[in-house]
Amino acid sequence: MAKKISILVVDDEESVRDSLNNWFTEDGFRVECAENAKVALALLESDNFNIILADIKMPGMDGLEMLRRIKALKKDSIVIVMTAFATVNTAVMALKEGAFDYVTKPFDPDDLSHLIRNATKQISLSEENEILKTKVVSLENVEDLIGNSTAMKKVLKEVEGVAPTNSSVIITGESGTGKELIARAIHANSPRKFYPLVSVHCGALTESILESELFGHEKGAFTGAMFNRKGRFEMADSGTIFLDEIATISTKMQIELLRVLETKSFMRVGGNKEITSDFRVICATNRDLKGMVEKGMFREDLYYRLNVVNIHVPPLRERIEDIPLLVDYFICKYCTSMNRSLITIDPTALQRMAEYPFPGNIRELENMIERAIVVGNGKKITLKDLPFTKEIVDNSIESLDDFEKAFILQILNKYSWNISRTAKALKVDRVTLYNKIKKYNLKPSE
Amino acid sequence: MDQQPITLLSLGFFENHFLQDIGAVVNHEFFFPVNIKEAHLDLIEFYDAARKQYNGNRLLKEVDAFDSPESLRIIGLFSVDLFVPILTYIFGQAYMGGRSGIVSVYRLSNERYGMKPDNAILLDRFKKEVVHELGHTFGLLHCHAPTCVMRSSTYVEDIDQKDHSFCAECRANLKLD
Repeated sequence: MAKKISILVVDDEESVRDSLNNWFTEDGFRVECAENAKVALALLESDNFNIILADIKMPGMDGLEMLRRIKALKKDSIVIVMTAFATVNTAVMALKEGAFDYVTKPFDPDDLSHLIRNATKQISLSEENEILKTKVVSLENVEDLIGNSTAMKKVLKEVEGVAPTNSSVIITGESGTGKELIARAIHANSPRKFYPLVSVHCGALTESILESELFGHEKGAFTGAMFNRKGRFEMADSGTIFLDEIATISTKMQIELLRVLETKSFMRVGGNKEITSDFRVICATNRDLKGMVEKGMFREDLYYRLNVVNIHVPPLRERIEDIPLLVDYFICKYCTSMNRSLITIDPTALQRMAEYPFPGNIRELENMIERAIVVGNGKKITLKDLPFTKEIVDNSIESLDDFEKAFILQILNKYSWNISRTAKALKVDRVTLYNKIKKYNLKPSE
Repeated sequence: MDQQPITLLSLGFFENHFLQDIGAVVNHEFFFPVNIKEAHLDLIEFYDAARKQYNGNRLLKEVDAFDSPESLRIIGLFSVDLFVPILTYIFGQAYMGGRSGIVSVYRLSNERYGMKPDNAILLDRFKKEVVHELGHTFGLLHCHAPTCVMRSSTYVEDIDQKDHSFCAECRANLKLD
């Protein structure tokens, strides 16, 4: 036997306790015996037993009462009740109180073996289930949340702090910084982790569709509503609802949302039945919500209801030290999904990435790596695989004139200041090019 | 110094060659000399009228108390139907790591299950059960190996599936004093 299963036998008859003790010991189980419910409950408080085999008819506290107390003490205990006085009623009662099974004394040796085999199977299934749950959770934890920078460590610490609570959270940050991933990390580390995380992209839906999405609708509520439909708040019962781009919702929806957040109850569109749902709210926005409140574009009361905790996700340019880690992660992710062997990145390309401001943040970096793997030579990502060639990285460019100056200079350098070839490439005549060189005071570099 | 024997204590009415065959198997599996003894016990004292069976717990105690100081182990051999209070029947039982065990031939015969009598099969089953209970007295638990004699058997068909001998693991675990 791989793992020693423990069994507690509770019976007032000594001969029964002895027989079962012998039987289970021969099978390799760890066995303890108790002559009444009081002794058994005391043993259960100090020791863990996988299976409890208890008589129903005992002096003092009977087996059914003991079963109730065991279940209150340890909900997952496997209790098998036995009695010499079999009636359907006691069996039904025992099962209703949470007994695993019910047997009549004396039992056939084979029935006893079956019973214990089923119980041990149940124990190993529960253990497997726990292990798998832990694995799922750990997968959630590590997934895509990459970063070793001080800025990212601060975010992760905030996530760790707020996750176990029930507080509403607003996640702010530029587009592409990974706000939804932060929401998922909060949910995955909360007590609600085994219930759904329901995401709604508010910005992608019109007011009427958003209302129907959030609250659900009854059949016939509007044209095309052919069936009753659950809303996202209802689906998020016991779990978390993630409202992305919260700043885009209309004033009417803001009022309705505030009411739902305060009462945790709502009605489906076209319905007249109040539905309650226990959900946690996490919102995200790339806009300045506080500024919108000051300008009267977002309700102040809703803002304060949502903004219990604010987590700001920094843009990638403020955590450039995370770029190598992120690049490695995306190379691994896309090489695996494309069924290719892992490739590396040229240090020059990585350096160029560190200098780039990444206005699209991690989303842009991810797309860049995916593209580079597709167009590259399959061994190493080099600078030419990255979409930097036509991009001017001069941060001093602030006007169209600056841009024109830099662009003409770039093409002149490309054709070694050959005026005819440069003019042809720029599709202007030579005179125009000379005028531009004069205007911008362009000179060949040393 | 002479080795202490394992005593097979006949408390039923068994033919001598039957007991000799069992003794040979026991000797082969445990390497101890086997001593075959016959004794008389008033079984009526162990009879449960309500169940029409004989109390295995009390019989085991009786065998354990049998005056035979020279014996390393004693196995009481019966031909009556044995029970323990919680189970409808048993083929036999023993003190785990103790000195004694009991086995009954009663439920091992084909005719109990509506089949043709077969003495060879009966003897074969009896030998396996004796070795099995002796295995418990030497500290062995039930084994999951399909043909090991220490595999738990709740039906006679289960006994037929196993051998008279121990699997390698059980043999290694056998605590021969």
